[in-house]
Amino acid sequence: MIEFRKEFFANERDDNLNEIGKPTRRQDILGHVTGRSPYFDDHLFEGLLHIRCVRSPHHHARIRRIDVSAAEKMPGVVRVLLGKDVPLNLNTLLSLLDFGLDDEPVLSTTKVAYKGEPVAAIIAESEAQARAAVLAVKVDWEVLPHVLDVEDAVKPGAPVVCDVYPSNKFIYHGKFDHQKLRYGDVEDAFARADHIVEGRYQMSPIEQAPMETCGAIAAPEVNDRFVCFTSTQGLFFSLGTAAKLLTMPSSRLHFVGGTVGGGFGGKVDSMHEPLAILGAMLTGRPCKYAWDREEEMQVGAPRGAERWYIKDGIARDGRILARKFTGYFDSGAYTRLSSYAIIKGVGHLPGPYTIPNVYADVFCVYTNRTPATAMRGFGITGVDFAIEAHMDKGAEMAGLNPIDFRILNSYRDGDMKAHRRLAKNCALVECCQVVAEKGGVVLTQASRAATSLLDGGGERARLPSRTATDQNGIVSGFKGGNYAKKGGGASAPQPVALPIAASAPTPAYPSPASVRPAAPTYQPAATPPPAPQPPAPAADTARHGALRFSSLSGFRRR
Amino acid sequence: MAKKPVTFILNGSERATFAEEGLNLLEFLRRGIGDLSPKYGCGQGTCGACTVIIDGETHLSCLTMAVTIEGRKVETASGLANGKVHPLQEAFMEHFAAQCGYCTPGMLMSAKVLLDRNPAPTRADVIEAISGNLCRCTGYEPIIDAILATANMRRLA
Amino acid sequence: MAMHRGRGFASINYPIGMNLGGDPSQALVHSNPDGKFTVALSSIDLGQGMKSVTRQIAAETLGIPVADVYVDTADSDTGPHCMGSFASRGTHRVGNAVIQAAQEARAVMLEAAAEELEVDATDLVTDGRGNIHVKGASSRSITTMAACQAAQFKQGRTVSGRGIFLIPLSEVDPETGEMTPVSCFAHAAMLVEVEVDDETGEVSVLDMQSAYEVGRALNPRLVEQQLVGGAWMGMSHALWETTEPYYPDRSHGPVDFNNYLMPGPGDLAPHHISVLERPAPDGPFGGKGPGEMCANPVLPAVANAVYDAVGVRIDELPITPEKVLRGIRANGGARPKMRLTRTQFTGAR
Repeated sequence: MIEFRKEFFANERDDNLNEIGKPTRRQDILGHVTGRSPYFDDHLFEGLLHIRCVRSPHHHARIRRIDVSAAEKMPGVVRVLLGKDVPLNLNTLLSLLDFGLDDEPVLSTTKVAYKGEPVAAIIAESEAQARAAVLAVKVDWEVLPHVLDVEDAVKPGAPVVCDVYPSNKFIYHGKFDHQKLRYGDVEDAFARADHIVEGRYQMSPIEQAPMETCGAIAAPEVNDRFVCFTSTQGLFFSLGTAAKLLTMPSSRLHFVGGTVGGGFGGKVDSMHEPLAILGAMLTGRPCKYAWDREEEMQVGAPRGAERWYIKDGIARDGRILARKFTGYFDSGAYTRLSSYAIIKGVGHLPGPYTIPNVYADVFCVYTNRTPATAMRGFGITGVDFAIEAHMDKGAEMAGLNPIDFRILNSYRDGDMKAHRRLAKNCALVECCQVVAEKGGVVLTQASRAATSLLDGGGERARLPSRTATDQNGIVSGFKGGNYAKKGGGASAPQPVALPIAASAPTPAYPSPASVRPAAPTYQPAATPPPAPQPPAPAADTARHGALRFSSLSGFRRR
Repeated sequence: MAKKPVTFILNGSERATFAEEGLNLLEFLRRGIGDLSPKYGCGQGTCGACTVIIDGETHLSCLTMAVTIEGRKVETASGLANGKVHPLQEAFMEHFAAQCGYCTPGMLMSAKVLLDRNPAPTRADVIEAISGNLCRCTGYEPIIDAILATANMRRLA
Repeated sequence: MAMHRGRGFASINYPIGMNLGGDPSQALVHSNPDGKFTVALSSIDLGQGMKSVTRQIAAETLGIPVADVYVDTADSDTGPHCMGSFASRGTHRVGNAVIQAAQEARAVMLEAAAEELEVDATDLVTDGRGNIHVKGASSRSITTMAACQAAQFKQGRTVSGRGIFLIPLSEVDPETGEMTPVSCFAHAAMLVEVEVDDETGEVSVLDMQSAYEVGRALNPRLVEQQLVGGAWMGMSHALWETTEPYYPDRSHGPVDFNNYLMPGPGDLAPHHISVLERPAPDGPFGGKGPGEMCANPVLPAVANAVYDAVGVRIDELPITPEKVLRGIRANGGARPKMRLTRTQFTGAR
């Protein structure tokens, strides 16, 4: 039950293409239906060893002693790994992008901050033998108070989940304990509004639950290299992480993957490759480290829970005058990718609507639970649930049909957005119209006549004359030098926004297939930002050698 | 664990080898025999990715002891195409009934047993037959369509 | 003791690619002696069809049949760097890199053909079926195979190309949040009809009517796969799934699929999809990535539909029967709102 509404935006498209637009059979489909598609585990090895981890049963505990003596003697056990066996036992995933501070061990040595955190790894001839030896490891724990609620975690006096961030909040730009969005003056607009709508929204953590669990098999390869078959979603991302943690040149690593049994964001964390390769290094044999389903569900990183508070100020006619957000991302015990999710979420606010005053404070909060990671819609799904549930309330309060309410407030081409860039290539209005039509919902005349192409810009393209900013949540003792660093100086930089030329209604790509398509280009909307501040002297204990993706732009600093 | 001799038929060919007494059929097929088509999805019998056919019935190979296939006929997805593509496989390809493909081998086994027993299934019959095979990617519709289409094709043939 | 129907609406957009940019992907395209091309990547196919869509993009750009193209991925020894498959970046970033690489390879192939035919390369076109001929004179032609053979064995040309697509990294202002998050957005609107049993609290999704704007449907069946599968996941997300049923309390966390609930084939809702295409100026043939945003509108649409059906606002996911019943009881009974009644039947599409 799918139709293609080709009549929309037809003059912006050339549909006369050769292979593009065809329902061509998938390249890999024959492999899938014959069971021949090679997932990471579909490689046979002589003498394959199995890795299973000893995991914390506590939400938060200090490790007094790990006694592996009994485990080492058990049948089939080849090697037991502890944190001291890991060449570099501290990392944060986004260090490859110079973002954040190393905060997470591969195998923890001093304390654990979530139930399931690994503290030792058993390498054995069979999975059953590895499991048995895991049970024989004795850990002397000193249980610590834990915190599981995001708003409790940010209160003074809460148990410190991650020592790198004593306030249980990720520090942005070395300056604030949250990411701000400030556009106009929401408090002023609330005072003028006819309706105020407030809401609190909570998303549960959920599992990516791909049918294939996460895992990797590593083996010594010819010529002093290691091959690693992996389920990762980012081949070089995982390779770079492994190279860093194992202090090994990336040239000695040969990663093979690309055929994955579902990912949905859960196969980015690169937890398996480093340990599998380390096992292969230390035993000289192929080693497999993969999660079973129970681990995939409770140890594997879920989509992080999010809590959003939204307040809207709505005019009598249904236009939203102001929207204020306070958001808490539950990052769990370590940062992983959550720090980035907040920025992605903030860049998305207030949703696809033109609202002249927007305010947001979004926190990346540490709690004593399984660290969160990406999942389909990372940084967006949670806040969109909140926004759209909130819009429904606003529609009701303003007395408008929910679809009319969306169209009225929808962004159009040329509108200024809260992150101070002009909207283009919009299509929300048209999607709403199509659904209303299909669903038999009668819209107002204005809604039916609306278009993304013509109703925007002009007054709506202007930046607010005044934006209320603040220094709330300022911290000290953290360096800047994060990816996407800006400012860090005393005065707030002036916003700049270049008007984007309204897209001319010509096909994006030239006709006949024989003519080469235009080379793809991207025109950044902003002028180059003001000259970057000189870097603070880097007392940079958390950075070590190995592969970097950095220096892609001159704006990065150490 | 002691190893016991096991003689069985796999996808039409007779096999004779040894299996450890505690070994499950999934591991045995994958690492013992080298048939990688049944997949590990949960090891708990709740996802169906390991589904194989034993003597004409579906079984969860992760919960089946390898030694119990002695003297029996085992079929896996890698044996479906017997020289040429099986109609079910063709239908799955035509209907885009696989994305990541991980549930597909098990799904095909359940579909085959259904159609072997019931050449004219209703949509409800198909749904019941595949209810033990989880799929995270497709939302199931194209799989149901593919199986019904296969049944229709056979009736027309 | 009654079943109540209600409808809920949601509309969203979705940023395409890694937020702030700075996420490059590369591609290498080269021909074997016979004019069959390999696209070497290190990009990941999770099932979304990375290998398939890049194959079509390469074939289109090269001007040859898709059967003459094979996408090889992922091997770090042979595939150039790609940031990875996430953030709906694959089609957009990798697709553009493949276009650039294929353009370079095509240019060499046309130069080779031009030399063989003794014409100017600018006078040549490909027919998409394996032939290169002079514009308007299809009899003056050479096969792509012959052109590639001549290039490699006679003329000494490499019929190959390199591509990279990188959106420069944007900065973020700490005080205002000013940033350039992405270069394009996909869009969606969703109308969901549910039925709520006010005795058990169970919610069934009866129908989904959606519109998705995806830039360009490079392969309509692959797009359909994402939209159908994604909406199913959205429904699952709204009503079924949680790793912590009593969040923030961690007890009773599911450890297998008996307790981690997802809708099965018997729980499906018919989904009527309309696809719109407003090409992204910087997308490969205008394509954006539908892979993530397909699920998003379903979550709030279901929540809004439950409110419409029984008058209970459930602002915490998942929407479980327990939450529905508690809400109904707190309200003193089901309070249907009926704000989105179907007032005109537009006919099936």
